[in-house]
Amino acid sequence: MAFLASFGKYLPPRVVTNAELAPLLSADPASIDPASIDPASIDPAWIEEMSGIAERRWAEPEASVASLAAAAAQDALSRANFPAAELDAILVSCGSPERRFPGPAAEVQHLLGASRAFALDLPLASAGSLFALAQADVLLSRFTAVLVVAAEKLSPTLLAPPIEKGTAMLFGDGAGAALLLRDSGLARITGFHLATDGANAADLALPLSGPLHMNGRAVILHASRKVPAAIRTLLDRHSLTPAEVPYFLMHQANANLITKIAQSLEVPPARFFSNIARYGNTSSASLLIAAAEWQLAHGFSPSTPTIFAAFGAGFHWGALLAHGV
Amino acid sequence: MNQLDQIRNLVAAAAKKPIDLPSDENLFDAGLLDSFALTDLVSSLESTFGITVPDSDLNPRKFSSLEKIAEYIADRS
Repeated sequence: MAFLASFGKYLPPRVVTNAELAPLLSADPASIDPASIDPASIDPAWIEEMSGIAERRWAEPEASVASLAAAAAQDALSRANFPAAELDAILVSCGSPERRFPGPAAEVQHLLGASRAFALDLPLASAGSLFALAQADVLLSRFTAVLVVAAEKLSPTLLAPPIEKGTAMLFGDGAGAALLLRDSGLARITGFHLATDGANAADLALPLSGPLHMNGRAVILHASRKVPAAIRTLLDRHSLTPAEVPYFLMHQANANLITKIAQSLEVPPARFFSNIARYGNTSSASLLIAAAEWQLAHGFSPSTPTIFAAFGAGFHWGALLAHGV
Repeated sequence: MNQLDQIRNLVAAAAKKPIDLPSDENLFDAGLLDSFALTDLVSSLESTFGITVPDSDLNPRKFSSLEKIAEYIADRS
């Protein structure tokens, strides 16, 4: 048995609006001459219309993925008043690490002073935090306290020439975290459904040398069908219908995609918590950042189901069901 | 109404625009279909023609023109 005990988040303080971003994306990457910038080539309003994103956060140059992760982790631990020294395991998902190895998990363990915990990296963008939550659920059959962290620092990669305008405008930096305990918490994890299909691995990929490549049409087409199907599969297994779920927490990829998924499930889009307008797509961190903010704004209710769901590079996708206690 | 006209109507409904272009012209390049309209189109093709589009066929190129859509429907029917 596994309980979600707390959530945490960290967003870098630097806010980048569409109005600030658009000229940067319009610059000729081969030139540093400001005259090469054509402000008319990308309309800030169009960015918001296409994605629902009004602004995003960019991390400070000196910030690392591990430092972002540790800040979110500290937030989650302090909300549960749980000492890092008592953690058994730390799972860190990240699709934007600064180096091939070691991944950020070991450094997060060190920054937290979680000397008893082993740390494991999940190099999964977008759906990584969902997969980590499910793995924590499995680990808690043997351990008592597992910390899940997801952190992304995508801005340096996205802004390095050649800039892929269509993707650079979508992403932001940030981190989220969740503390899971075996014996008590805000909600009990009652099931999950995870899936992978590597046939489309090239449709959403970040090569070691960049830039991030996204076949947006394929990603949206697959996500808009696979995510509702995964949610229905999971709910069917628990004799539930989408109409019986008051809240859905999604990976914050695109506001229009979230609306499409809500329509497919025949539930009001308002049941899908959304903060993408303020943070953009923070890849694997977004689900836990959304959970942290949702917990403060709404939170789990006793015996009430909540769905977590994500889709991302791989393709990896799935859903997780939790019931408030 | 022949099948191509049916497809044209479904594309127009998904694109929310009239479709007045040759059947081999790329619907994406013409600015008629975007990612979300494509999703609606595939669903309406399934319900109208009684077919199921498997995950392995969720490739935008298969639906990039009226002609390609017609070929796909013929293959699946």
